[in-house]
Amino acid sequence: MTEMLLEVENLKKYFNVGKHSLKAVDNVSFSVRRGETLGLVGESGSGKSTLGRTIVGLNEATGGKMVFEGRDVSTLSKKEKRKYNRIVQMIFQDPHASLNPRMKVGDIIAEGMDAHKLASGKERMHRIFSLLERVGLQGDHAKRYPHEFSGGQRQRIGIARALAVEPKFIVADEPISALDVSIQAQVINLMEDLQREMGLTFLFIAHDLGMVKHISDRIGVMYLGSFMELADSGDLFSEPLHPYTQALLSAIPAPTVSREKQERIILKGDPPSPISPPSGCRFRTRCPHAMEVCAAAVPEWKEIRPQHWTACHLY
Amino acid sequence: MAQLLEVDQLKVSFRSHGGEVQAVRGVSFNIGHGEVLAVVGESGCGKSVTAQAIMKLLPKRGCRIKQGSIHFDGKDLLKLSGKEMKQIKGSQISMVFQDPMTSLNPTMKIGIQIAEGIIKHKGLNKTQAKARALELLKLAGIPNPESRYNQYPHELSGGMRQRVLIAIALACDPKLLIADEPTTALDVTIQAQILDLMKDLQHKFGTSIMLITHDLGVVAEMAQNVIVMYAGIVVESGTVADILERPKHPYTMGLLNSLPNYEEGEKERLIPIEGSPPDLYDPPKGCPFAARCEFAMEICVGELPEPFAVNDGHHSRCWLNDPRAPKVTEFAAAGRDES
Amino acid sequence: MLEKASHDSLFRPLEKGRLKKEEIRRPGVSQAKESFRRVLKNKLAVTGAIILLLILFFAIFGPRMVPYSYSDQSLASGNLSPDGKHWFGTDDLGRDMWARTWYGARISLTIGVAAALIDLVVGLLVGGISGYMAGRGKLGDRIDNGLMRIVEILYSIPYLLVVILLLVVMKPGLWTIVIALSITGWVSMARVVRGQILQIKQQEFVAAAQKLGTPHGAIILKHLFPNMLGIIIVNLTFTIPNAIFAEAFLSFIGLGVQAPIASWGTMANDALGVILSGQWWRLFFPGFMISLTMFAFNVFGDGLQDALDPHQAKD
Ligand SMILES: Nc1ncnc2c1ncn2[C@@H]1O[C@H](COP(=O)(O)OP(=O)(O)OP(=O)(O)O)[C@@H](O)[C@H]1O
Ligand SMILES: Nc1ncnc2c1ncn2[C@@H]1O[C@H](COP(=O)(O)OP(=O)(O)OP(=O)(O)O)[C@@H](O)[C@H]1O
Ligand code: SF4
Ligand code: SF4
Ligand SMILES: [Mg+2]
Ligand SMILES: [Mg+2]
Repeated sequence: MTEMLLEVENLKKYFNVGKHSLKAVDNVSFSVRRGETLGLVGESGSGKSTLGRTIVGLNEATGGKMVFEGRDVSTLSKKEKRKYNRIVQMIFQDPHASLNPRMKVGDIIAEGMDAHKLASGKERMHRIFSLLERVGLQGDHAKRYPHEFSGGQRQRIGIARALAVEPKFIVADEPISALDVSIQAQVINLMEDLQREMGLTFLFIAHDLGMVKHISDRIGVMYLGSFMELADSGDLFSEPLHPYTQALLSAIPAPTVSREKQERIILKGDPPSPISPPSGCRFRTRCPHAMEVCAAAVPEWKEIRPQHWTACHLY
Repeated sequence: MAQLLEVDQLKVSFRSHGGEVQAVRGVSFNIGHGEVLAVVGESGCGKSVTAQAIMKLLPKRGCRIKQGSIHFDGKDLLKLSGKEMKQIKGSQISMVFQDPMTSLNPTMKIGIQIAEGIIKHKGLNKTQAKARALELLKLAGIPNPESRYNQYPHELSGGMRQRVLIAIALACDPKLLIADEPTTALDVTIQAQILDLMKDLQHKFGTSIMLITHDLGVVAEMAQNVIVMYAGIVVESGTVADILERPKHPYTMGLLNSLPNYEEGEKERLIPIEGSPPDLYDPPKGCPFAARCEFAMEICVGELPEPFAVNDGHHSRCWLNDPRAPKVTEFAAAGRDES
Repeated sequence: MLEKASHDSLFRPLEKGRLKKEEIRRPGVSQAKESFRRVLKNKLAVTGAIILLLILFFAIFGPRMVPYSYSDQSLASGNLSPDGKHWFGTDDLGRDMWARTWYGARISLTIGVAAALIDLVVGLLVGGISGYMAGRGKLGDRIDNGLMRIVEILYSIPYLLVVILLLVVMKPGLWTIVIALSITGWVSMARVVRGQILQIKQQEFVAAAQKLGTPHGAIILKHLFPNMLGIIIVNLTFTIPNAIFAEAFLSFIGLGVQAPIASWGTMANDALGVILSGQWWRLFFPGFMISLTMFAFNVFGDGLQDALDPHQAKD
């Protein structure tokens, strides 16, 4: 078996918006190692969710290739495809919209077990209980409805639902963005524990860089549908190469008063529309280092240092 | 110098089936001239309701201010008539909301929306108002104000809309700006732009700002003083340094502990606050944090502590500050810190 | 000394687990029960419901309370004003107005409910297919577009025109009216259903269900349908009175059910010639019943709508 669980090559996802084509994800290549957490950050609208949804199969890719455990996903048989759909799961952002308000929590958790006929009767009940307890809730919560729970509790119910089908790879799309700080840590710890116990692999989408750094082994930075940089999280934070990453890191306000404040790079303007992205480098309209060549040519996605990739003409 | 805003013992309840949701349960704080006060706390702890009470924006039906006073520049806002309040809102207090789209009129050009307020409150004529509106847009950091003037809200990005709201808020040269999570819906790079803008305003015009947020980074960046709210009460208040470096309330400590350490080399496990905040439908009699507090004592269950003065201007509403209570270190020693 | 000690014991640390951390204190209720409770609390809705139940009761038992049938003629006792024997008076043929009014209620309610049920079934089917297929590839979009085109065309035809055309080929009568009303009536239900489905489909719990491998049928039954039930019921409380009123109107202008069958509309029509001669009861009772039914349905529908309003669902 390969060390890589998932390899993504030149993945594209375009949406038709009126007469135009919106390149939500454009030519993205990266791989996810077995057992690691790959963090994904980027501006709102940069295509993080679209990428996640395309990987799990909720969106159909417009182009490119995905290789999971050595097999091209597009060539899987129907039965294998169903298995892929089971072992690749997703955790959603909105703890209110991701649970059906008309279903009891127990049935919500068991939905995948029912669909794949993994358990029934007593065994099903038993598994619902143990999953609830595993995510820090109580067994008798199975009979309650989602609206009776707080945001953090609901998010844990969403995690239990994904775990119920015994996944290997979980795409977590901003699982903590809607939660309070004190609750975020609960969910992060839970995810880390589960990863250790069950050998899960995560693609962790977020825009809170602090939490991403904490949970991720490696981090990818997206801007307007493409990857700008990809590196080990330590590397990315200590030596960001891409001007966008540098601005992003400097923009996080740190919750301390004594630490001397670093010089802040304040970017001008807003991200351009993904319907008509700038020519050449997508970041050039806001880049403090933009040069002539940046408008003329798309910078190449290169491994500047071992395991440290970026796309910028400066390097 | 007298304070600009003095809120004293504010209590606000909502009627709900079978009882009352006690959203704000006796909140007091002051904001001085030119001061930035940050209000932090868990979702649902009553931050927005407090702000809405100051702005008299609480829903008419099913909501009641049960107790308390709000003095602004010496006048008790709660006793003012609707007309007098309108006058103050137009000329002295402004508010910026979390979701800019819901507070802009989608069918009206943004320039007109700004100019309208100026005409109403400043009595300028149309051309003067337009000139002033353009000036404000520029002040709010919007490039090409002339072309933006004629755009509709949906044609702008989230950050741009938030600036328009700030421009509208500034139209009346307010003495106090209430900003309810102004950057929560925005990206960090855009957040940095907006925070920069607000700091600028405070320096240039001496505007006082009540900044509601749950991001302690934003607090450190912007505020001089902080109040920490939990379940409808202020649990701790003090200067930014007091709160972020010498917290004396277990909730504040827990909040800081649950943040990842930016400088961390080796990965450390986060220390979350277990559990969830109490339901304000039936708030606990004692300390509302007791069920999640690792230092909880017998007395905490039965009695809500009064604010203890830790030192000048730093208050903590926690029994640990009572001289009879054991030291925090003794808890760890007693093995309660395991798990 | 002793006192101090007992006082200090208050400052003893609590033993662990004394206070539950994930406790839910409110009693557990399903949203359906919660909505039902709110309907019961809504005075207008309850008033409407009681009036409707009373009308239904008399429609069933009213005709049996008097010794006359709706079609028994007795020229000797024609044109009697209401008295102890004939509670609502009689008409020119000596038929008892009480019996006719409640018999007419049966006809009116039957037409109203039958038309609304047909609307519901067709509307659910068309709106459901349309909404579910929308956004599912080229074919799906084409089906959606086609169905919506039909809906638009039907929507633009006035129902009176349809009735008149239909009467050319069919005999005027109860079922003709039902069919005539349904031909154009289902359109608004289809629109409501499609709109609802499009909206619910966007919610993350539907994506989660797809991801967990829940089959299409189960997604429709467990996720889509229960979440639009409220809106459908509210819509029904508006289509039934509309159909009743349409029938009354058609009968009033002579296009409705034919003698000897009586409906409120035909009774009002019969009364037209005689109100000037002071026989007020001939118009009053059918007219009053129509208004009362309209009122009751509208009030009930409004109350339901308030009670099911998702914006209030949280408190
Ligand atoms: N179904 C769709 N149809 C058309 N455009 C879409 C669709 N889904 C997403 N997009 C567009 O694709 C782009 C990327 O969106 P996406 O939701 O992936 O961004 P994101 O990085 O997840 O942002 P956020 O941080 O706000 O969640 C956006 O411009 C968005 O408007
Ligand atoms: N219009 C309302 N009707 C009923 N209850 C309300 C209403 N507005 C607020 N509440 C309740 O009052 C409490 C405090 O709400 P508030 O909006 O002040 O919280 P917050 O601190 O601003 O939270 P967040 O960080 O989520 O904005 C909550 O429990 C909420 O449910
Ligand atoms: S390629 Fe040019 S514009 Fe793009 S990030 Fe690098 S320097 Fe900036
Ligand atoms: S009063 Fe008691 S329960 Fe409340 S925070 Fe202080 S120690 Fe904890
Ligand atoms: Mg997203
Ligand atoms: Mg709020």
